[in-house]
Amino acid sequence: MSSPRILFCNCTYANVVPPEVKTAVLRKLCESGLAFDAVADLCELSARKDPALGSIAQGGPVKVAACFPRAVKWLFASAGAPLPQDAAEVLNMRVQTAEEITAGLFEQALHPNVPRGKVTAADAPNGQATPVATSS
Amino acid sequence: MSLTNQSTLQVVLYEGVGSDPLPGEARFAAIHALLEKGFAVTRSSGQGRPTSKRSGPLLVLGQFAGGTAPALEDNAGQVRIETRDITGWTKDQLVERVEQIRAETGAVRQSDWKPWFPVIDYDRCTNCMQCLSFCLFGVYGVDAERRIQAQNHDNCKTNCPACSRVCPEAAIMFPKYKAGPINGDVVRDEDLQREKMKVDISALLGGDVYSLLRDRSEKARSRFSKERDSDKALKERQKCLTKLAQMGDIPPEVLMSLPSPEEIARRAEEAAARAKAALGN
Repeated sequence: MSSPRILFCNCTYANVVPPEVKTAVLRKLCESGLAFDAVADLCELSARKDPALGSIAQGGPVKVAACFPRAVKWLFASAGAPLPQDAAEVLNMRVQTAEEITAGLFEQALHPNVPRGKVTAADAPNGQATPVATSS
Repeated sequence: MSLTNQSTLQVVLYEGVGSDPLPGEARFAAIHALLEKGFAVTRSSGQGRPTSKRSGPLLVLGQFAGGTAPALEDNAGQVRIETRDITGWTKDQLVERVEQIRAETGAVRQSDWKPWFPVIDYDRCTNCMQCLSFCLFGVYGVDAERRIQAQNHDNCKTNCPACSRVCPEAAIMFPKYKAGPINGDVVRDEDLQREKMKVDISALLGGDVYSLLRDRSEKARSRFSKERDSDKALKERQKCLTKLAQMGDIPPEVLMSLPSPEEIARRAEEAAARAKAALGN
């Protein structure tokens, strides 16, 4: 299996993601030497049904630095591009630290956490799933 | 033009073979500045794989060997590709020139609309159509299988989460909302109880918050006609709006911009009829 691709959402049009977190994550990504996609706002892409979401969803393992996994799941789905449940990991910049996010992005293993079925209190704060080993 | 028909400019920062990579801080400054202006940016390098594939115009930026950007063409002839050598450009120059190219290619300016709209969690949604009945702005519709969906995203009133308040299953999210579960956080039992309570309060007040507004407005108008007291009528409306705003966390500007009571009644009836038709009743 190939290395997970990386998608970063800047949540440009709202102040709900702590600026210091998203700035630190983007800075680390830029320093990493890795290829990645950065979008101004995942919500906007979803509303536009942007074809890029389909490419991401169908392109193999992916790690998404954005917000709550439940929201990200349905943003993709409502654009007609459902994320693969076994090959997508969502890192939540609204509640996780920049260190946790970057550690998750740079880790080779992927921890799928796109919700399956109703998300309840039992799923808080982030569902831990069996890691899926990947290699480049 | 609907949102889905608009093309956007995709920017690629190319740092692979045939180019000089930017220093880390300059790379961050460039990408951050473009994101803040609403552009999507793909960083392409020798490591890892970017994901995007788009149908709109493509702008490839890089510090190319010899200081000259290569001419590129899409083999399929479907995507317009522009290239620019950015050697020596400042961050401000970069943003300014990318903005110029966006305008030249006819791509939409992405920051013209704040993406605020309902996102439905179909793991929770029971297709009860309360949201369709409630929304006066035509955001909701049904698909070919009569399943509820958000259709007209840009009709939604920015920062207004009112429809999520009437959803008995907490299935409607606004990802940019401040608190859970509306923002997409997990749904707890107490959340469901709270949402149900709000629906009940709303029902007690006369069906929905818009009915309350309509009734209050009519009373105020009646009083105005009897008493010729415009200040009193205005105060009554303001009091009503304040209560509604607190109850549903609805921005005052949304309530202030609501149509006339007659128009509200007409739209509510129209939405109710659409919901009924969708349910096959």
